[in-house]
Amino acid sequence: MNKYTERIRNGVITENPTFIMMLGMCPTFAVTTSAVNGFGMGVSTLVVLMLSNWLISLVRKQIPDQVRLPAYIVIVASLVTVVQLLIQAYIPFLYDALGIYIPLIVVNCIILGRAEAYASKNPPVLSIFDGLGMGLGFTLALTLIGLVRELLGSGTAFGFQVMPGFYQPIGIIVKAPGAFLILALVIAFMNSAKIQTKANDKVEGCDGCCATCAQAKGCTSSEKKEGVNV
Amino acid sequence: MTSLLMIVLTAALINNVVLNQFLGLCSFLGVSRQTETAASLGGAVIFVITIASGVANLLYTFVLSPLGLDYLQTIVFILVIAALVQVVEMFLKKSAPALHKALGIYLPLITTNCAVLGVALTNVTNSYGFFESILAGFGTAAGYTLAIVLLAGVRERVDDNENIPKAFQGAPIVLLIAALMAIAFSGFANLNV
Repeated sequence: MNKYTERIRNGVITENPTFIMMLGMCPTFAVTTSAVNGFGMGVSTLVVLMLSNWLISLVRKQIPDQVRLPAYIVIVASLVTVVQLLIQAYIPFLYDALGIYIPLIVVNCIILGRAEAYASKNPPVLSIFDGLGMGLGFTLALTLIGLVRELLGSGTAFGFQVMPGFYQPIGIIVKAPGAFLILALVIAFMNSAKIQTKANDKVEGCDGCCATCAQAKGCTSSEKKEGVNV
Repeated sequence: MTSLLMIVLTAALINNVVLNQFLGLCSFLGVSRQTETAASLGGAVIFVITIASGVANLLYTFVLSPLGLDYLQTIVFILVIAALVQVVEMFLKKSAPALHKALGIYLPLITTNCAVLGVALTNVTNSYGFFESILAGFGTAAGYTLAIVLLAGVRERVDDNENIPKAFQGAPIVLLIAALMAIAFSGFANLNV
């Protein structure tokens, strides 16, 4: 397998940002009330992630080490603003549905995390593929969670009625508590799969917190101090 | 007066920042093992969000809005918040070493906590004035503190329980506790002040 497809496989499966790394939990909880919203959020993040990885990789040798995090944040914030304006202009219903979570892509730690862990050390084209893989993994995860919540909570899939007429939708699933509930079940399911395959006694989990993830991954000391958070 | 009180209560209880808006989830899940540390973090968050809401509002009203640069709000706010946290940290270190020691490591963590940016942006969307912004910021942060201290209280009793199935240990059980808290907090939706 060549190194480009390997990046995509890595993002979607091996290091899936939602299911394996547990990064970017805020949007995962907030926008997955329906499959379409999850998909929209995923694609918006994917676009920002690809472009930010590319730009950061291009300027990685020019940015002094001490100011790299602020520099990354400015690049990401500019891209997010562009994406936000584009969504507002061309996909208004998505803009209304996602609301404040579009500008909050800036503080999605998947993006800063990939900038720090990958784009700052690798050439531009590889970084684009890394962003593409991670973005696809994120989109897939959000769409799946959104689909499950929409099916159970509204009886529809992508807006189409699929559940039989007698099915009484479980309203709470698409409300705030349902997000916590579904995520808890998803992670427990992943854990049980992990326990069965590896027979590991200790279940690894990083509480969905980027700071703890970053530390566990053995990042540079400055990142530990900054604590790249969701 | 009532409307100002309503802003605080809405921000703190009805639209609770973590349990209803899902902002600041990482520290909510990550730093909630003990009530004491949770309360310290809550203190730091109240401090930073209240100041950041005020500063963001002033910047928006007197700089961005008159110049027609509204679309730069995300970039400006995130930079201001990052700078503000640094300034607050240096100021506390100099003037209130005891408080600095207590909040210590949590201050830099707050920089990229999405709750801070979230409140600043929501205040603009709601077109709040200066005092309303500060109150909304304070209310939001108070709601955050309430939620994280409550969660830590439950986790202190639950975390080391051997009866929890292996697959549910760690993140899942914490999320389940949070789900029950969110159900309880949704009762505030019918609150009328």
